[in-house]
Amino acid sequence: MPEGRPDPDVLLEQVKEEEAHARRGRLKVFLGAVAGVGKTYAMLQTARERKAEGVDLVVGWVDTHGRAETEALLPGLEVLPRRPIEYRGQVLTEFDLDLALTRRPTLILVDELAHTNAPGSRHAKRWQDVMELLDVGIHVYTTLNIQHLESLNDVVTQITGVVVRETLPDSVLEQADEVELIDLPPEDLLQRLKEGKVYVPEQAAEAVRSFFRKGNLIALRELALRRTADSVDVQMRHYMRDHAIRKTWPVTERLIACVGSGPHSVRVVRAAKRFADSLRAAWIVAYVETPAHARLSEADRARVADTLRLAEQLGAETVTLSGSHVSDELLRHARERNVSKIVVGKPEHRRWRHRLFGTIADELIRGAGETDVYVISGEESPNVPYAAPRLRRAVGWQPYARAVGIVTLCTGLAWIMFPYFELSNLIMVYLLGVVLVASRSEPGASILASILSVAAFDFFFVPPFLTFAVSDTQYFVTFAVMLVVALVISGFTVRIRWLAEAAGQRERRTAALYALSRELAGTPGVASILEAASRHITDVFRARVVFLLPDGAGVLTAHGSPGRIELDSTELGVSRWVFEHNQPAGRGTGTLPGAKALYLPLAASRGSIGVLGIRSNDPNALETPEQLHQLETFANQTALAIERGLLAEEAHAAQVRVETERLRSSLLSSVSHDLRTPLAAITGASSSLLETGDRLDTGTRRELLETIGDEANRLSRLVHNLLEMSRLESGALKAHMEWYPLEEIIGAALARVGKAHKDRQILTRLPDDLPMVPVDDVLIEQVLVNLLDNAAKYSPSHTSIEVAARREDGAIIVEVADRGSGLHAEDLERVFEKFYRGKRPYGRGAGLGLAICRGFIEAHGGRIWAANRPEGGAVFRFTLPLTGTPPDVRSEDD
Amino acid sequence: MTNVPDAASNTTHAGEARTEVGPMVIVIEDEPQIRRFLRASLTTQGFRLVEAVTGEDGLVQAATRQPDIVILDLGLPDMDGLEVIRRLREWTAVPIVVLSARGQERDKIAALDAGADDYVSKPFGVGELLARMRVALRHTTVGTKDAAEPVFSVGDLSVDLVRRHVQVAGQQVHLTPIEYRLLTTLIRHAGKVMTHNQLLTEVWGPNQADQAHYLRVYTAQLRRKLEVDPARPRYLLTEPGVGYRLAAE
Repeated sequence: MPEGRPDPDVLLEQVKEEEAHARRGRLKVFLGAVAGVGKTYAMLQTARERKAEGVDLVVGWVDTHGRAETEALLPGLEVLPRRPIEYRGQVLTEFDLDLALTRRPTLILVDELAHTNAPGSRHAKRWQDVMELLDVGIHVYTTLNIQHLESLNDVVTQITGVVVRETLPDSVLEQADEVELIDLPPEDLLQRLKEGKVYVPEQAAEAVRSFFRKGNLIALRELALRRTADSVDVQMRHYMRDHAIRKTWPVTERLIACVGSGPHSVRVVRAAKRFADSLRAAWIVAYVETPAHARLSEADRARVADTLRLAEQLGAETVTLSGSHVSDELLRHARERNVSKIVVGKPEHRRWRHRLFGTIADELIRGAGETDVYVISGEESPNVPYAAPRLRRAVGWQPYARAVGIVTLCTGLAWIMFPYFELSNLIMVYLLGVVLVASRSEPGASILASILSVAAFDFFFVPPFLTFAVSDTQYFVTFAVMLVVALVISGFTVRIRWLAEAAGQRERRTAALYALSRELAGTPGVASILEAASRHITDVFRARVVFLLPDGAGVLTAHGSPGRIELDSTELGVSRWVFEHNQPAGRGTGTLPGAKALYLPLAASRGSIGVLGIRSNDPNALETPEQLHQLETFANQTALAIERGLLAEEAHAAQVRVETERLRSSLLSSVSHDLRTPLAAITGASSSLLETGDRLDTGTRRELLETIGDEANRLSRLVHNLLEMSRLESGALKAHMEWYPLEEIIGAALARVGKAHKDRQILTRLPDDLPMVPVDDVLIEQVLVNLLDNAAKYSPSHTSIEVAARREDGAIIVEVADRGSGLHAEDLERVFEKFYRGKRPYGRGAGLGLAICRGFIEAHGGRIWAANRPEGGAVFRFTLPLTGTPPDVRSEDD
Repeated sequence: MTNVPDAASNTTHAGEARTEVGPMVIVIEDEPQIRRFLRASLTTQGFRLVEAVTGEDGLVQAATRQPDIVILDLGLPDMDGLEVIRRLREWTAVPIVVLSARGQERDKIAALDAGADDYVSKPFGVGELLARMRVALRHTTVGTKDAAEPVFSVGDLSVDLVRRHVQVAGQQVHLTPIEYRLLTTLIRHAGKVMTHNQLLTEVWGPNQADQAHYLRVYTAQLRRKLEVDPARPRYLLTEPGVGYRLAAE
């Protein structure tokens, strides 16, 4: 690459980014060190300037804290009404996002970006509201105090001793197009505070004491200044990139932070973020799932997920590795990703283990080689609320009782063996007992068993007997070795069991996923894919599932198994949001947590193709990170399968179109042939009559005239059939049903056919009690004529044709049978297809007659089929259902 | 369907009915090919032919020429064929035979109910048309003379209208009053098609016009009594979708 020319890929990326950016609204943040520096004031003042310039501007939500100077700026600006939300008997007012979206101004002011919305709002946090405003292209002015920034949270806590609970992901501030620092020297601020300009007076004293100490203010101001400088720096770098200035192109560095389940992990993440920012490095946050993960409490597992989510919010890439050794896995991943720095916390393990085995940090340092390792202090700041203590797995007294029982048994056995065996063999019996305990119970129980074993051995078998006193000091060595061996064995045994349990759990997860993907792979059609997926998800998560897919008009409609989630307008709204934003929402998430169910987007390669809704009766189900993770995997698998199904359906539709096209062209060729042949015969016969008529004898003339007549009739039949067929296909055909004696219709058909086949013997067999039948007489007459014509055409003229009818199961069955050569087995169904000409020897039809018959019979709700007669010849049967009540014809009594 | 040779065989039959000056026929038809073919065949049959291309022209010709019969195509360019029938029926009882395409049964019924005497479906043979015209012409002459002949007979069927006796092949047949009324109504219009409406109104009275199944039940009963094979009627013919016709010859 020539010097000074930016990488084209980077530029392309940047163009895409800018395109997306151009459509987005612009975000301006008025940043302050603490409350009271005048952010809202500055924002309103800038707004008034914009207003004077003619910008369409609305005040979405501004809190003046009752400050007179600030309030004086409001008049003249359009203020959106707030949305009242009732929460625990109190009415809170919140920013009305929907109103703002409907009003759609060019610029909107939304104060206090880090604000947490009242429960029942769409988003948990106000910055999410702001993101939605930006997404639709509305520019936003907002304010922020530096202490609310997520990555500075610990630092602020350390400086001020006050825990800030409302935090804002750094990425939000990084997205700001403009950051304006509202600065006020600490002295001036304290002065304003004293004058009561910052808080309403009665709150002021308390606020000063706890927060507004001069030292705090100086530190916070520095943080704010530094952060603003950072953002200026980012802008500068963008400028340099845009203008091909290559002076200080930073080497891409990558650092990895290792987190565990402890509460200090959050600090590691935040430290890594600051570190990565200052290095301009990409950063990864890794969690290593060891077998021990399986026995973590729910709270610990949730904390792991929270930590990873926080890391993502701060802009990190997160990975979950699995293996038995944290340090090995981490180092392997670090090497794979070419990581230059590792950040790790000082864990709070029990001291003896540190001493004995070393900490993870120690292991990392030992194995890191070239890579730098940074160890972050794990000391707890007294003000950080310590997370709930580890919830131990519910442990009963049974394992301990069992440990005591097994040691007692061992003692009994040893007592029996005592006279015959050496002491060392008795120790083996005890060790066996310890292994037994360890293989079934808690670590505590096996430790108890180890200690009890040593004690019992001493008491019963070491002289002097039945006392803990020891005569020979060399037994102390025996005890020590025995204890260590027992402890080590029990430790290993427990560890092996955990490994097996973890493997089992992973195995179950993999098996469930495998079962799903295997079934999905073999399932054709979207409907069956949805059915299979909801069955699997219902089984694995014991929850009700609904799939929402957009219909033709883009409206989400529910598909799913019985017992699916009832979707009212709120739930549909949530799913709509999920579909549009391609992000999870609903219960257990930060967005619209008030929903009854959890909604995940079905993300496929073409973007979101639908929504998966899941609702469990157990309120704690779906809360563990593993389950959520697994659910997401299931949703992704299903999404891909649905996409595949949709593509297959599209392909099928395309194939049908091709098939239709093929049929159309075969129609054209068939019809043109059938039309041309009689036309050629007529033209030929008439021209010979015209030109050579005088010289022809009467017989020949008559023959030619007959040809013209016959061919004209044939043409007429063909045109009639084509018209009927198009009437059928266009759906214009309607059967006008009335009650008829079948005999009458058969009679009419025979009369019509009789003219064309004068010397043909046609036998009718109709029972006397044949009831009236609801039909369209014209259509059924046509069916009979076609069938009779067909029979006459495909059987020798000296044989007879039979027409019969009978009543059977609420329908009349009519049959037309001939004595011809019958049909090929494969033709039995196909003869009813349009333009299909059977494999019969002297077929000359256009292949329309039987297709029309089928169309007409189906219009009557009946069925038509062909069969071969055992005695030779073909038989066509059709049914006419006897639906409705026959008309009541009063008998004559006059 | 009757072919050209059939028409030729009918020539002598029609010739007997010819008077010194043949009956005058007005053909109202816009298709020149059909007019050409009708001109050729009808003039050889002794008809005096007047051609009209539009409905309006046809009405004027009918008023000035006083024809014996009108052949009317239902699909005219300038006005609805039904309208032509209605306007003709305002002042004349001249027989009207309608030309119409197959599959347009509703149009045929409308034309017949509006006063047309009979119809022929396109495509048709000239023999078929001549047969219809003959029947229509006979009815006008019968109508103008005294009442119908006292005995109607066709094939093996004979009906003594005075003594109310019905015989098939010399065998007395007992008919119910409605059956008899239905039969005599058909005899009055023998050879002509009767729509369901017309028959219901004449046999059951004007209030029963929508009870078409009555008609079907009674025709079926009549056939069982009169026909050798009811599924292959010789006398009581069905015109699918339109009505019934009693064979006249």
